[in-house]
Parts: sequence; C-alpha cells; structure tokens
Amino acid sequence: MARDEFEAERTTYNFVGTRPDRPDGIDKVTGRARFGADMTAPGMLHAVILRSPHAHAKIVKIDTSKAEAAPGVKAIVTRADFADGLDGENWNILENVMAGDTALYDGHAVCALAATSMLEARDAAKLVEIEYERIPHVTDVDKAMAPGAPVIREGADDGSVPAGMHPNVVRYHESGHGDVEAGFAKADLVLEETFKTEATHQGYIEPHACLGHMGTDGKGELWCCTQGHWNVQKVCAALLGTETSALRVTASEIGGGFGGKTAVFIEPVALALSRKANRPVKLVMPRADVFRATGPTSPASMDIKIGMTKDGTITAAKGVFRLSGGAFPEAPMEFSAMCAFACYDLENVLQMGYDVMSNRPKQAAYRAPGAPMAAFAVESVLDEMCNQLGLDPLEVRLKNAAKTGSKASYGPRFDQIGLVETLEAAINHPHYKAPLAEGQGRGVACGFWFNHGGETSVSLMLSEDGTAQIAVGTPDIGGSRASMALMAAEVLGIPYENIRCVIADTSSLGYNEISHGSRVTYASGLATIKAAKDAVNRMCQRAAAKWGIDPDAVYWEDGYAKPSGPNAGEFDPMHITEITANMGATGGPINGHFEATPEGAGVSFGTHIVDAEVDPETGHTKILRYTVVQDAGKAVHPTYVEGQYQGGAVQGIGWALNEEYIYGEDGSLQNALFLDYRVPVASDLPMIDTVIVEVPNPGHPFGVRGVGETGIVPPLAAIANAVSNAAGVRMRQLPASPPRILAALKDRDAG
Amino acid sequence: MSKKFHVSTTVNGDPVEFLCDSRETVLDVLRDRLSLTGAKEGCGTGDCGACSITVDDRLVCACLMLGAEAEGKSIETVEGIAAGEDLHPLQKRFIEYAALQCGICTPGILVAAKNLLEKHPDPTEEQVRYWLAGNLCRCTGYDKIIRAVMDTAAEMREAS
Ligand code: FES
Ligand code: FES
Repeated sequence: MARDEFEAERTTYNFVGTRPDRPDGIDKVTGRARFGADMTAPGMLHAVILRSPHAHAKIVKIDTSKAEAAPGVKAIVTRADFADGLDGENWNILENVMAGDTALYDGHAVCALAATSMLEARDAAKLVEIEYERIPHVTDVDKAMAPGAPVIREGADDGSVPAGMHPNVVRYHESGHGDVEAGFAKADLVLEETFKTEATHQGYIEPHACLGHMGTDGKGELWCCTQGHWNVQKVCAALLGTETSALRVTASEIGGGFGGKTAVFIEPVALALSRKANRPVKLVMPRADVFRATGPTSPASMDIKIGMTKDGTITAAKGVFRLSGGAFPEAPMEFSAMCAFACYDLENVLQMGYDVMSNRPKQAAYRAPGAPMAAFAVESVLDEMCNQLGLDPLEVRLKNAAKTGSKASYGPRFDQIGLVETLEAAINHPHYKAPLAEGQGRGVACGFWFNHGGETSVSLMLSEDGTAQIAVGTPDIGGSRASMALMAAEVLGIPYENIRCVIADTSSLGYNEISHGSRVTYASGLATIKAAKDAVNRMCQRAAAKWGIDPDAVYWEDGYAKPSGPNAGEFDPMHITEITANMGATGGPINGHFEATPEGAGVSFGTHIVDAEVDPETGHTKILRYTVVQDAGKAVHPTYVEGQYQGGAVQGIGWALNEEYIYGEDGSLQNALFLDYRVPVASDLPMIDTVIVEVPNPGHPFGVRGVGETGIVPPLAAIANAVSNAAGVRMRQLPASPPRILAALKDRDAG
Repeated sequence: MSKKFHVSTTVNGDPVEFLCDSRETVLDVLRDRLSLTGAKEGCGTGDCGACSITVDDRLVCACLMLGAEAEGKSIETVEGIAAGEDLHPLQKRFIEYAALQCGICTPGILVAAKNLLEKHPDPTEEQVRYWLAGNLCRCTGYDKIIRAVMDTAAEMREAS
C-alpha cells in the first residue's frame, strides 16, 4: 500500500487511543463465550486419535477389526482415508496429521476413531492393534546433523544446502553485507561464543478442538479454534480431496494461540471420520497430545562472533544458527539469522542458518518465530563485551542502534523506526537507575521483529439506524474486535458502542490470511479504515445527490456529511442516521469493502530491563522487576497493547528460566503435562511495567505497528544477562533452570 | 455398558439430577451432561485451574472430582457468579482492566478469586498471587489480573 494513497495523516483522535470495554467481555466473564470445545451438534460422535509411543518406527500393521466391533464405534480412519497425490506443504501437513508408513516422533498420529460417547471411544482405542518396528532416532539438533545420525527423510534437501552436509540438513540461508573478516581485524575485542536453547511450547490453555461434519457428497461444515479459518478450509479441502468452497469453516472463540493455532492438526481427522460415519464428529485434544504433537518451537544451537572497539562501536558481527523444526523441513532458521543483528547499524555482518530435521513434532510458530533465541545469543555476547570493556550496555546499544535509513542486517533500508526512542526511554526509566542489592543482577536486551501485512478482506455494513457492523476474517486473539471498532468509529464519527465487529466465517467474506505476524491491528485495521472510508464516500454521494451538488463538494466530519464550503452551497449537515434511514429509497444498502495485501506493516523494536536474584544454594532465580519498552507506532487500545507486552515478557520469562522439552534416551517426551512443563504462575512474578513508545508507521493510516510478537524477543536475552550478572557466571544454555545454574556455579568454582 | 450412578446435586442454586459413569468427572458432567460449558478443560490433570468450581464453598478442580462424588453437594460455577444481569464486581473489573485476553482461563480465575475474597476480603498482593498460583494464564502475564483482584477487594470492602 503506497502511503500517499492515504489522506493527510491523522495526529489527533477521538476514539483511537482510548480504552473502552471489549465487546466480548461480558460473554467471557460469564462463561457464555463459546470456545473450540464448547460446541455440540445433534447426533455428534466423539473422536480420539491414537499416537505413536515411539520416536521413530516403521508402522508394520494396524489391525482395527476388534475396535470396529466395539460398542458405539462408527468410524475408524488411517492414512488411507486421506487424499493421495499431494505434494509440497500439503503433503507435509498430511504426513504430520496422520503418519504414512513411518511414525516420525513420539506422539505422531497413526489412527483415529469415532464413537457415540467419549468413554466408548477411549475403550475402543485400546482394542486397535498397531505393530511397530523401531528404528534409530535422533532428537538433538547438533547430533541430528553429525555424521552417522539416522536419516529422517532421504532427499528432503531443497537444493540450497552446501555439499557434504548430513541429509538431515535440508535448507540453508545466508545473508549480510560488508566484509566481516576486515571488520574483526579493526576490533579491540573479538568475542566468539556458542549458545543453545531448548524447544518450548506456546502453552495456550485451550487445547485444540473442533466439531466437523462432512457429508458423503463432500460438502462440509467445521467449527474450530484456529488463528486462521481460511487456511483451515484450504488445508482440510486438500487433505480430504474436496473443493475448498465445499467446506465452510467458522472460527470459535480462541483460547490462546501465540502462533501455535496457525497450523492444522486435528480438523482433517474429524472431517475424515465424519465423512465415513456421516455424522458430526467432535475432536478435542488431551493436554498430553497438545504437548507431544503440536506446536513446539525449534531447539537452537548458535555460534556468535562480534568485534567491538574500546568505545563500544561494533565493527563486525557473524552468526550461525542451527534449528530443528522436527521431522519436517521448516525450522525458522532464516528468521533467526535475519533478526539476530537487525537492531544494529552494522558495516559488516554475516549470518547463516541451517534447517535440520530430527524426531520431534512439526514445529509451529510461536510469537516472532526464530527471533528470541537469536536475540539471546547475540545480546549475551554484547553484554559480556560491555562487561569486559566496562561500558554501559544500553549506551552501547544506543551507539550502534539501527535508525531510519540504516541498511538492515537482512537487506533492506529501514523506513521510519523507533529503536532509538525505546532505548532512550529505557535509559531514562527509573528502573535503569534503581540500585541493586548484593546477589542481584540487571540485564537488558533489544529485540526486533519484521511484522507482516498479508491478504485481508473486510466488509462494513451500515444499518438503517446508523449503526455499523464490521465483518473481519482474522480471529480475535487479543481484543482486536475492540480495536477494529475503535478505528471504524474514528472514520465514521459514530460512538464505539454503535459498532459491532464479528469474525466472519469463510463463506461470508473474502479470503483472509491467518492472524499471525502481528498483522491483525495493522492489516485488518487498515482494511477496516478503508472499508469505513468506502462507506463514508457512498454516504457523501447520497448527501450530494439530495443536495444536487457534486459529490466532491461534500466531506465527512464527526458523523455528518457537510458541504465543503460556501461555493458548494448552503446546506445543513446531514447526520449518518438521516442518510441510512433513507438508504433503501436513495440507491439501496450502503456497505463499505476493502480487499488487498497491504505491505507497509512497519517493523518493530523493543528494549527490556530486568532485575533478578539467584539463590546460590538452590539455583532458583527470582525475577524482581521487569520493564518492557516497545514501539507500537500508534496504540489503538493502549490497555491491550500493554497486555501484549506483559504477556510476551512473561512467556519469555518461562522460556528463559523453566520451560523446555525434555526428551529421554528413548526419544519420548518426558514432560508432556503442565506439572512438569512448568509455565510461569502468578506467584513466580512481579508486576510487569510497560512503556508504550509511539513512532508512527508510515504504512498505516493511523501509524499502527503490530505489537504481538516483538515482546517475546528480548526477554530470553535480558533475563540470561540478569542471571549471569547476578550469579557471576555466563549462562549459555536456556532455560537457566536451577540444575543448570547450579552446574554452572560448580564449574566456575572448579575453575 | 458399565453401571451408571444416579446423582442429585445443586448447581448454581438449582437442583439437578444426572446419570454418570463411574469414570466421569464433575467437569465432564457439567460440560457434557448439563451443558454448562463455562468451566474449561485445560489439562484434565489438576494443573491449570481452568476448570475451577466451588463445592460447598471449597475451591476444587472439577477435573479431579468424580461426578458421583457430587451427590448432595452444592456446586458453584462461573455461570453462577453474576446475579442475573448484574455482574459481580470482579467480572466488571476484569473487563475494565483487560484482565483477560483470550478469556479461556477467566472462568476458573473468577471462581478462584471470588472464593479468595469471600475468605480473605483484604488480601495482600502476595496472597492473591499464591491463591491464584494454581490458575494458569498464558496471555496476560497476570499483572492486570492481580490488579483487578486487589482493586475489587478494596472496592468491596468500601461498599460493605
Ligand atoms: S482442567 Fe482441571 S486443572 Fe486443568
Ligand atoms: S487470558 Fe488467555 S489464558 Fe488467560
């Protein structure tokens, strides 16, 4: 979207920037809101999925005869019940949704059945006989690319991988500019370190759930919790071998996603069972399945080398990022590489990424996929260099900060950006000046995320009473219906309460990309503004026709059509209700539409400050104080922006200190429940302070930048730095859980 | 087909009767037999608190109690918190403070917080944090939830 397409940029607002109650608030505090598992249908069956207990095994035989004869069982499906002849990502998704001849990870789906009750389905599942032949497995990213590692999928290399690498390395990325060796030669201090992070899960509290019905004619209806129901529609149609338009998908309220509900896991299975049984099928994932078979991030192994002069100028930076996206070629290693040094204006930078397959579940996005681990590695090295050179870590970041016009480490030149402003706000924040006690440490870090636009359609419908409905296609994962209504109110000049925003189903609106890439407030917001302007233009035309003047001589202000000046004629302003009350007689219904793929998402930066205390006896870390500073461009609903910052920071705290996928020697996941996969709880945490910086995004009419993802980029690094400074020993592997901290302290004491 | 239990109990003040299998939890019964889907199943193992209800005023995880054990008890769920159209002060504050993002944890947190304020009308921040430590929220980082509970407590003390 070219920015000159927009009228003069607004700087004052009546609605945008206020904090009204959200339209779905009452439903959500009274238990009325309907999430994925809250839906039922007449004649509904309940389904369970059987999963491989092995990390890597040939599926020799699946005998369903006893289960088929069990009471209440109506359908059983295996891979044979899905489309064949798929390729590309559809094939990968199918391969993950239902195993072919090989189970590729602990928890991989191999068979599913539906019965008239949940208890009958569970009982019958025990009667399915599956014979496996175990084959060697590998779950560690470094081991998976070492000579002799078992090969996950022969020939999966996309052609980009340098010669001589293990076949599990399937994609390679390289980017940068300048001459890093020349840069290192100019440095007073060059530091090179290796880092590791474990896989984590998005940890949404709502397990994946759906209710699907597909008739034998291939026509279907699906209700599910997802971040993107058009994508579900497309993928399910492909996996079932039916036309996309034959399936109508409605998005339920969604109980958290964070990227993990951008992927399709169970919906095609429910539909395949339903098609076979010719009855609606409900499928809800047990929590252990959510951990074993959905979502995790990629474990990462990284080498960082940075050169710096005594005054803190970075002369060169180089990074190598090895990530595993599980048994599928898709680890976001290029995002790690591209984000790693994006905060800095560097003359010489080089970054390389390797995508490595292993016997883990198919990775899914989790807030700024790939960026948090890269930031951890890079910002840890910077912290160490500042310590060694006796420099202030925020001043050093400010000295090297990327600015408007800087050449980004990943290629383009930055448009208007706000990193410097977040750094200045952090330096001037009372937190940064507050004294620390003995045994406490402070860490800081910066973070970057691209943000995204994506395919977007919005319709805005006016009612005869002058109220408006907005149909958007991006599931509301953090209060976006309120933000859409605020932006529409701003354009229409009618009260926020007079606007109802709904998430339309796939048959009621044009295609919408998933709610991902921090794109909703930006892209659906932009489309809402443009759809509202479209409706306003139509209303101005109606007023012009009534007045008998040129439509160009009419403008819109605060809910009224007005003649644009004395030359246009003397007419009383015409209120929206006057226009809509008569719309049937003056030309028919008035709606506004907008469809596009906006491309001005506007990158986003944040700076975090954290104080931590480490107990040397137990290795336990307590977070004492936490401050998030982030550029929002323009905060449409500041309370929800704060919520995104706080939520991202706390997920980062979990990732930094506790959360990790723990695989046993046998390749099975050891901690597939919330008791052992410990996400932060209320008693672990302090309040999370937030500072919203607003450096407008030129690519959005109101200056909005996405805020959903950047908040999880700095915390791993900031906390690792705080812990390292508190404990006096550098933590190069996350999570910095008590056993790891104790081991690091012991190593230090042993010299 | 295994033998079913016939259970008579009270839910949100209303007498109810149901038949349930010996393996069904109170959460299964509420959601699948009584169509009260306010309590959520986040884990089924007592680790997330999304299914929090009170049984004779005691806060419990509905996923850890069998349906058959509900006989003669008085159960309260999120659906019973508001008095008709009138929201409880906690519910109002949760909306106003954006103490929910996705809202899946909200029913459990509201039930737990209400139970806390009934027992301890003047809690410290630490008390609130520990009381709610069994209720996972993945979206908010708890900040706005804790503030909402603390400020509702103050408001309710003033009102009483
Ligand atoms: S569902 Fe009961 S505690 Fe999680
Ligand atoms: S608001 Fe989403 S889990 Fe709490």
